[in-house]
Amino acid sequence: MKRIFINKQWCLGCHLCEFNCAFANSGKTSMVTALKDKQVRPRVRVEEHGKDTFAFSCRHCKDPICIKSCISGALHKDNGIVRIDYDKCVGCCTCITVCPYGAIARGDDGVMRKCELCVDNMDGTPYCVSNCPNGAIVFEERD
Amino acid sequence: MPINYNLPVFEVIRDPSRCIKCRVCERQCANEVHSYDEENKIMLSDEAKCVDCQRCVTLCPTHALKIRENENRFRRNANWHEATIREIYKQADTAAVLLSSMGNPEPLPVYWDKILLNASQVTNPSIDPLREPMETKVFLGKKSTEIKRDSNGRLITDMDPQLELALPVMFSAMSYGSISYNAHECLARAAAELGTFYNTGEGGLHSDFYKYGPNTIVQVASGRFGVYKAYLEAGAAVEIKMGQGAKPGIGGHLPGAKITDAVSRTRMIPQGTDAISPAPHHDIYSIEDLRQLVCSLKEATGYKKPVIVKVAAVHNIAAIASGVARSGADIIAIDGFRGGTGAAPTRTRDNVGIPIELALASVDARLRDEGIRNNVSLVVGGSIRSSSDIVKAIALGADACYIATSALMALGCHLCRNCQSGRCNWGIATQEPDLVKRLNPDIGYRRLVNLMTAWDHEIKELMGGMGINSVEALKGNRLMLRGVGLNEKELSVLGIKHAGD
Repeated sequence: MKRIFINKQWCLGCHLCEFNCAFANSGKTSMVTALKDKQVRPRVRVEEHGKDTFAFSCRHCKDPICIKSCISGALHKDNGIVRIDYDKCVGCCTCITVCPYGAIARGDDGVMRKCELCVDNMDGTPYCVSNCPNGAIVFEERD
Repeated sequence: MPINYNLPVFEVIRDPSRCIKCRVCERQCANEVHSYDEENKIMLSDEAKCVDCQRCVTLCPTHALKIRENENRFRRNANWHEATIREIYKQADTAAVLLSSMGNPEPLPVYWDKILLNASQVTNPSIDPLREPMETKVFLGKKSTEIKRDSNGRLITDMDPQLELALPVMFSAMSYGSISYNAHECLARAAAELGTFYNTGEGGLHSDFYKYGPNTIVQVASGRFGVYKAYLEAGAAVEIKMGQGAKPGIGGHLPGAKITDAVSRTRMIPQGTDAISPAPHHDIYSIEDLRQLVCSLKEATGYKKPVIVKVAAVHNIAAIASGVARSGADIIAIDGFRGGTGAAPTRTRDNVGIPIELALASVDARLRDEGIRNNVSLVVGGSIRSSSDIVKAIALGADACYIATSALMALGCHLCRNCQSGRCNWGIATQEPDLVKRLNPDIGYRRLVNLMTAWDHEIKELMGGMGINSVEALKGNRLMLRGVGLNEKELSVLGIKHAGD
């Protein structure tokens, strides 16, 4: 299964992935409409330590602890992708507390949001990948 | 603070209806033009620092930014141009020689634009390169003028060393130090994939790039940086740099700030010291002296590699080239006055040298007249901007072209002409690690290959239109050229007829 990986040496820390992610998941057709004067809640985050930066999102673990911990059965695997059923999520935040990567966050509606590889959004390539200006975020098969 | 007489050259125009305050512009500007005011939640700009490199404009995800020339101008004066006034204010501030980068941007004639190509109609067939074979391969080096046979009458096929180019273009000299490690990697990988050559410039060859040796031309310049036996042996050819089109008659100066650990090891000079290339080679004061260096380099490399002598196009270039052609060199590279640089005194860059078109035409004619054209191949550079410039150069007598500015543009260069600052926002003309990483060689080298592949297609199309199926057959074929808007003297130097003639 293809997953998102970061080639840290090429990450510029420009944060464009975050804004493109928030836009891709907004359902809007323009980034301005989607993000202007709004709280931006991306599902990918750039971790920074001085000039060391890297973008980070859900690892889609083989045996995800978030799914095991989900009390309502909202988190589930779909073709290897860890996804959320928004109707089932009760917003208990247990997944947030167990995810070792900090890849899950709360959305504006109190329901959890996480990277779902843009499966419902774009053309099959995650938007953070196709819009990374330096090829730092890649979508590929790795062992 | 004393008054700065100079107004900002550019204006940063931010469309507030589009700006989403993502701060990408702020993070991407090494000149610190953009900043975010947390208190008022607005983006600010200090446009005095802007160099118009367009990095922020290119990366702004909502296209909210525009950089334009400052509309607030000095009072117009046909004698005292805006730029002249600025330079005077700057020099009155600093007492310094003005520095500039990249090629001469002044509105001097570009002869390529006044030369038109021929095409076949009715009386001779044109060729469709998609259906018929078309050759853009060229060989550079000394060509024998006579057929030699041994005592048994068999042909002697020994040839002087040649460079084989899959297309008549090479990447010209840019040193590691003046450009980044990643820029060099792009050039090296692209040259290897394309079957052509890149050039180390005078900064030595980084140990990581010895593996690209078969596609590398190693340069020996007046500073002799990084030159030793393994370096000479690593390259496919050795180039002696006598001059550079952007700054004929003067040497080079790479400031100590750019001599990082890796650059210092590659150049074999102490870290942090200025790398100064003298104006002349102190062992070359005549053609005879040049011959000694050519012979030394041939001896050092076992007579297996062609030696290139690179000279800037200056007034008596034909006589100089004639001398070089007799020095034992295999290839002469001529760099026109629009050639680029990582830093040069502005006055030199903008006022010294001659156009490459005229230099090429007069050198080719002179070498033919003297019967020594086959002694050398001619490579020209100094603002070759497109495939049609290449086709025109070949028809004027060149064997191949050197490109550098257009190669850097493929890597992201926006010709802001501030290489000397060392803060290239595109990761090209800088040694700062967080800027260098902006040029990912996996992307950059592919763009270079794309550009050259496109040009190769276009060269074939143009040649096919003229009914010519190889670069060899186009070489020196000045009947394929016509001038427009040129006077008699210009036409006679170029050796071409006027359109309609």
